[in-house]
Amino acid sequence: MERPAPTLPPTLPSQFQDWFAAKGWAARDHQIAMVQRAKAGRHVLLIAPTGGGKTLAGFLPSLIDLSQTPASERAESIHTLYVSPLKALAVDVARNLMAPIEEMGLPIRVESRTGDTNLSKRQRQKANPPDILLTTPEQLALFCAWDGARAYFANLKTVIIDEVHALHGSKRGDLLCLGLARLQSFSPAMRRVGLSATVEDPERLRRWIAPRPEVADLVLGTPGAAPRIEVLLSDQRVPWAGHSAQHAMAEVYETLKTAQTALVFVNTRWQSEFAFQELWRLNEDNLPIALHHGALAPEQRRKVEAAMARGELRAVVCTSTLDLGIDWGGVDLVIQLAAPKGSSRLVQRIGRSNHRLDEPSRALLVPANRFEMLECQAALEAVAAGALDGDPPRTGALDVLAQHLMGACCGEGLSSEALFAEARSAAPYEDMTQRDFDDVLSFVSDGGYALRTYDQFRRIVKGQDGLWCVRNPQTAQRHRLNVGAIVAAATLNIRVSSGRHGGGRKIGEAEEWYFEQLTPGDTFLFGGEVWRFEGVSGMDARVTRSGDKEPKIPSWGGTKFSMSSHLAERVRDMIMDRDHWQQLPGDVQDWLGAQAAHSAIPAADGLLVETFPRGGKSYLVCYPFEGRLAHTTLAMLLTRRLDRLGVAPLGFVCNDYVLCIWAMKPMDGLDLNDLFQQDMLGDDLEAWLDDSVMLKRLFRHCALISGLIERRFAGAEKSGRQVTFSSDLIYDVLRKHQPDHLLLRCARADAAEGMLDIRRLGDFLQRIVGKIEGISLPKVSPFAVPVMMEIGREAIAGAAQEAILEDAAFDLISEALS
Amino acid sequence: MTPEDKLPVRLACGSVRLKVNGEAVILRRSGALWLEQHQTLVVADLHLEKGSAYAARGQMLPPYDTAETLRRLDGEVAALGPRRLILLGDSLHDGQAEARLAAINVDQIEQLAKGLELLWVAGNHDADGPRHLPGQTIDEMTIGQLILRHEPHPAPQPGEVSGHLHPCAKVIGKGRSVRRRCFATDGQRLILPAFGAYAGGLNLRDAAFSPLFAKPPIAAALGKDQVHLIGWNQLVADRLTLAAPRH
Repeated sequence: MERPAPTLPPTLPSQFQDWFAAKGWAARDHQIAMVQRAKAGRHVLLIAPTGGGKTLAGFLPSLIDLSQTPASERAESIHTLYVSPLKALAVDVARNLMAPIEEMGLPIRVESRTGDTNLSKRQRQKANPPDILLTTPEQLALFCAWDGARAYFANLKTVIIDEVHALHGSKRGDLLCLGLARLQSFSPAMRRVGLSATVEDPERLRRWIAPRPEVADLVLGTPGAAPRIEVLLSDQRVPWAGHSAQHAMAEVYETLKTAQTALVFVNTRWQSEFAFQELWRLNEDNLPIALHHGALAPEQRRKVEAAMARGELRAVVCTSTLDLGIDWGGVDLVIQLAAPKGSSRLVQRIGRSNHRLDEPSRALLVPANRFEMLECQAALEAVAAGALDGDPPRTGALDVLAQHLMGACCGEGLSSEALFAEARSAAPYEDMTQRDFDDVLSFVSDGGYALRTYDQFRRIVKGQDGLWCVRNPQTAQRHRLNVGAIVAAATLNIRVSSGRHGGGRKIGEAEEWYFEQLTPGDTFLFGGEVWRFEGVSGMDARVTRSGDKEPKIPSWGGTKFSMSSHLAERVRDMIMDRDHWQQLPGDVQDWLGAQAAHSAIPAADGLLVETFPRGGKSYLVCYPFEGRLAHTTLAMLLTRRLDRLGVAPLGFVCNDYVLCIWAMKPMDGLDLNDLFQQDMLGDDLEAWLDDSVMLKRLFRHCALISGLIERRFAGAEKSGRQVTFSSDLIYDVLRKHQPDHLLLRCARADAAEGMLDIRRLGDFLQRIVGKIEGISLPKVSPFAVPVMMEIGREAIAGAAQEAILEDAAFDLISEALS
Repeated sequence: MTPEDKLPVRLACGSVRLKVNGEAVILRRSGALWLEQHQTLVVADLHLEKGSAYAARGQMLPPYDTAETLRRLDGEVAALGPRRLILLGDSLHDGQAEARLAAINVDQIEQLAKGLELLWVAGNHDADGPRHLPGQTIDEMTIGQLILRHEPHPAPQPGEVSGHLHPCAKVIGKGRSVRRRCFATDGQRLILPAFGAYAGGLNLRDAAFSPLFAKPPIAAALGKDQVHLIGWNQLVADRLTLAAPRH
């Protein structure tokens, strides 16, 4: 814990002390500490809960420095760069920063620069740099690819990275970290400042923010009072299955009335639409309740944010888009609908409420079904114990490095030694091998193919001076058009149709796949209203207002987060420990008791596998509690094995807790140790991965991020469609002809870490060796009921694609051909 | 002709046999057309050296498409032993593609040409045909009840077998969509899928196809092990459009 010694002379200049006094504030310890670190020229990580004056703490040293530098000594360049993951945040901080600047009359220019900033303003910023520039990681990546960047940032004193906890563990974080290394090269004396919420492992972030092998200093803000969290014990029976917490909405509404302003968090956009509609149905007191999620049009979101800031709203139903960002002092209650999935996420969400630090934040968890009840209880206890879940270790993605190297060479000529050293100074890449780096550089240059036919087409070339540089300005322009680590699904604009031709107000965006399911005439919920889908033309999904109260298309269930392994462990322990059951509501206790009587309680460190017949089919249900992603992978692999064993598996369904497979033949006689053998992660996984849609999708992301294929093309607006080359075609060819190609390695690495949770699955299979308990039952067990109820909602059979083609075969063909 | 003669038949190897303009044809899972009676194998739209064409413009697609396409073609020739091989146009991706071919690929083509008659139908990308590779360049050819050309002529053309449009079939099932290359036929004319490894595809529901068929065509989609016959009503467009054709 870093604290200033009490005998130090005052750190703040009198002008600033007066300002604090005039506001009736005392400068906090951590704000003083930040000023001291700056004087000592140290890189620093500040960990503080929201509302602790964190942003001001980050900027204070820069404001002081600028205020004390006479105009004659001021360089005409950026003094401080601030980077935040959200566009809105950058704009909002600009506004908040103006308060002390204006009130003290400081001669400091602050501007923001995001993807929304118009061209003329961006050009002005380059020609006439402000003192403080607030921006996003993508803009930084663009700067790195600009040949004027070295001069522009030559005098950069400080870079502030906000919301570090949210950025560091992702490809976006990798790219940002490399960007910081580039900036450090432009301005070697540059100091780095990281601002973060409370995390499980501060050491990791201290290393991430610093130029390696250095480590940043740590400053801790005062932790707030412990949050008051309750789990809603509904008078209604906790449902067996479901994701929507519908049973408890009336109670949620009553709770809203007791708060000044509440945030109602849900895990998916569609859940937010549903919850919003439900609350308004119950809203007899006509409370102003708003909706905020990522698909709504930006103007709509700005309106809600502004109304929040003015204290005009009683509640906002929102998704993770509001997890980060601006603090609003008026929020005094956070309601989490359905399980939070992780204690860190829960703590950060609770942190949104009540920014008078000395008072405890209030939070209410509303589980949507019985298993979630267990999860919510576990989350509550985890938070009380201060046990946060951490992120698994990760190394920097090589496709991201490829994009970064290309950008660097667009900006200036660089030797491969310099590029290698610079990349290794970024924490995610500090252990990168020379071989991997050489592969990436080779890839950037000519695609990295064993067949050496592309020498004449290189994108970057090594000059006489030994420096790598972009081939020509056109290549650089194409790179800049495609910069960014975020790869989103193809989205359509949702536009209110006004007549048959074009025009119409855009109300938001949604992924293309959603509209593939709809036929014209279907109604769905968006922005709190029911719309009628008319069809798609170009990039727009056309809609008209529907008079219906109820949408025909139900909300898309499920969450995108898996329950964290820490929470999973707690839930398992909780189930095993009968004394613990008394914390749970009556009907959940009864349910646990029934499971003990009819089957068995899953052992905390083992695996329970039940088999039973039902409706002419055989079921195998097991309870790994390892999260939906790992379960899906496990199910795919088990299905292959069961297929080879001849039991004819038909399908499976899984959620964060349970996995259920059904088949034609009984599965009770199977050797479970064999079935769950770890070697399934060997050949079986390779074979399945190679074929899987999942890996192709990951490969597509890698192909786009690395710059192999382009998404945006110059002049695309005028010439109409210029299509992104199909990555599936590339994947098939590459697999056959160069299976160890860099991008295939990238896709597999992503699979291991992310979407397939293979690492977690591997740990699980290791853990249960010799501890599998099989029970053959005459009928479905109480624990199996919830997952059985989900069958029919999203059954995915193994060889899905071929089966879909087969199903579509049409027996009126002869008629068609006659 | 009995009613059975009209039905498509699924063969053991996964191919489908049906009739176009009364002529029996076999649609292979590889996307090739096998005219067994005439011992003629037909493939369309190889687009050799498409990968290198993109590399020249800055997108470094793996340079293995030519090798892969020729490997597949080799496989079909070895399996069927045709007397005549017809490349139905756009065999080379552009006018400089022939020059970009690696020596090993040129050898492959020369080997292919031995022991059979090799014919290159002129396409729009390679209008003049190859300059140095073996085989003869022609505009179109009549075989039995069929007339083979690269680009389909407008208005119904009984017996026409063509390529050029790279048809694809898209179906939705179990909440997901699947898109595959396909043959397209209404029993009168037939359009071949593109054979080339990097050749893209145009959805059969696209407006470009509608003037060609008098009644809605069926798709013969290329699956992993077999050809799947799919009726018009099961097909969906890439984007649901306001002006979706109704049949």
